[in-house]
Amino acid sequence: MSETSGHSPRSADDPEPLRVVLAKLGFDGHDRGLKVVARTLRDAGMEVIYLGLRQTTESIIAACEQEDADVIGLSMHNAGHLTLAPRMVQAVDTAGLDVPVVIGGIVPAEDVNVLIEAGVAAVLGPGASAEEVVAAVKAAVTRQSAAR
Amino acid sequence: MSPNSLDEQFEAARAGNRRVLGRLLTMVERQDDNAVVVSERAHRDAGQARVIGVTGAPGSGKSTITGHLAAVSGADQPAILAIDPSSPLTGGAILGDRIRMDNNVSSNTFIRSMATRGHAGGLAVAVPDAVRVLDAAGYDPIIVETVGVGQVEVTIAAAADTTVVVVTPGWGDAVQANKAGLLEVADIFVVNKADRPDARGARRDLELMLDLGHRDDWRAPIVLTTATEGEGIDDLWAEVERHTSYLHDSGELARRRCRRRRSEVADRIELGLRDRAHRLIEAHSGEFALDRVERHELSPAAAAQQLLASLIPDNHPED
Ligand code: B12
Ligand SMILES: Nc1nc2c(ncn2[C@@H]2O[C@H](COP(=O)(O)OP(=O)(O)O)[C@@H](O)[C@H]2O)c(=O)[nH]1
Ligand SMILES: [Mg+2]
Repeated sequence: MSETSGHSPRSADDPEPLRVVLAKLGFDGHDRGLKVVARTLRDAGMEVIYLGLRQTTESIIAACEQEDADVIGLSMHNAGHLTLAPRMVQAVDTAGLDVPVVIGGIVPAEDVNVLIEAGVAAVLGPGASAEEVVAAVKAAVTRQSAAR
Repeated sequence: MSPNSLDEQFEAARAGNRRVLGRLLTMVERQDDNAVVVSERAHRDAGQARVIGVTGAPGSGKSTITGHLAAVSGADQPAILAIDPSSPLTGGAILGDRIRMDNNVSSNTFIRSMATRGHAGGLAVAVPDAVRVLDAAGYDPIIVETVGVGQVEVTIAAAADTTVVVVTPGWGDAVQANKAGLLEVADIFVVNKADRPDARGARRDLELMLDLGHRDDWRAPIVLTTATEGEGIDDLWAEVERHTSYLHDSGELARRRCRRRRSEVADRIELGLRDRAHRLIEAHSGEFALDRVERHELSPAAAAQQLLASLIPDNHPED
């Protein structure tokens, strides 16, 4: 038993709440959306580890490891997404973490596919409904665990 | 690269592998079958760390204080366990304690947020297990933050070597209501937000309370802090250390830990029995005893007695 107890990858029908790390990367003070998303995910039964403003890829990775998070959610409004989002995905890979990165905020339509190509699991924009936000997070976890 | 046996996992955790430690904590948090094995393994090495509970009303400044405390402790590897309530309706939670800690703690501090997850009484065993795992992984001190409003949370915070109760000026009714409970568990009082009017009034109220009756040979000191500025935290840490010395010198540490482990065993028995009671009811619903309760021939009390007798044949050997 102790041989297998180390890594139990999460399956989609796991009854325990999903754990989501939410953060803003760098100098971007728009945290209204992130707060809305935090409440939305909590109301959907998830545990939100809210890091808030001025995080770095390192601080997010550290939180993810310590909190054994299932998803990283970033909110981006400062036009830095094309650099910051792929950098986050890269950092997750480097750390050997098996955690999808979901993004929301201001991302022009033409950038969405670039980010998906770079390994971002989902991109949501202004007006995304609570249902869409919850579905995107759940789908990201499901796809990740299916890909294992 | 990825350690497999439990021994290897603890070794990795001790060597600073945060991901492995994070996973071990998840296992005990879930209290599934793995948890028993992990807890067992952890218990062998545990007992080294100082465990400090920090409790008080929501917004009183516990997280801010806790972050500073980890920093001023000067420890190589402090850990923080921050516990917040789950929503009783959805089971979800927003765990926002890290925001108030991030700026203060160094990168060698391990912070874990835990939601209460509403499993009845489950927290009372999940938290000691989480502390045990952090302890076995070499973290010291371990600071446990809980919202001290309900009896359960206060009890959990009190499951520490040193319990710090945080109040604020005008702390008033909410805390007043549970005054006796808080007095009983507090080893150290903090009046935080001392930048606000009447911090001294709050201190005076506490002094009066303590005058009316404090425990044994330790009178809880009262420390004024302005946590946002980091003011008073050095004084607080000094009191924590003074209390640690008192615990050692008086023999109270061993007594406390002994009491704690006993009550943990009791909590586990209670949980196990409750679980078995539910299964018993499930298994016997529609059967004789319960049927007769439905027909008003047997009282619920009598039915319970019958069913209990089948669970624990001789439940009062001493009587
Ligand atoms: C409110 C606002 C502000 C407020 C922010 C208050 C706060 N604390 O958040 C203030 C006034 C401070 C502000 C300042 C600035 N702002 Co402004 N601001 C806005 C505005 C009007 C609304 C943003 C908002 O709160 N929306 C409501 C929330 C709920 O929506 P949302 O964030 O989009 O979130 C939703 C989705 O995107 C998604 N989502 C978001 N995050 C996440 C994360 C995950 C994990 C998931 C799953 C989903 C998700 O779900 C949410 C719910 O639907 C937008 C314009 C706009 N229409 O978006 C400009 C806007 C974002 N701001 C802009 C700018 C330029 C600025 C300033 C630089 C202006 C200046 N020159 O001073 C400063 C920068 C401040 C700073 N330090 O970063 C630009 C950004 C341009 C760009 N990125 O290319 C915008 C787009 C305005 C514009 N059209 O030019 N701003
Ligand atoms: N004025 C003042 N505000 C404080 C002080 N300490 C904490 N706060 C603020 O009180 C709020 C709650 O703090 P937090 O540490 O999260 O409290 P917790 O809910 O008890 O963990 C935050 O906005 C803090 O910035 C203080 O000493 N003075
Ligand atoms: Mg807190």
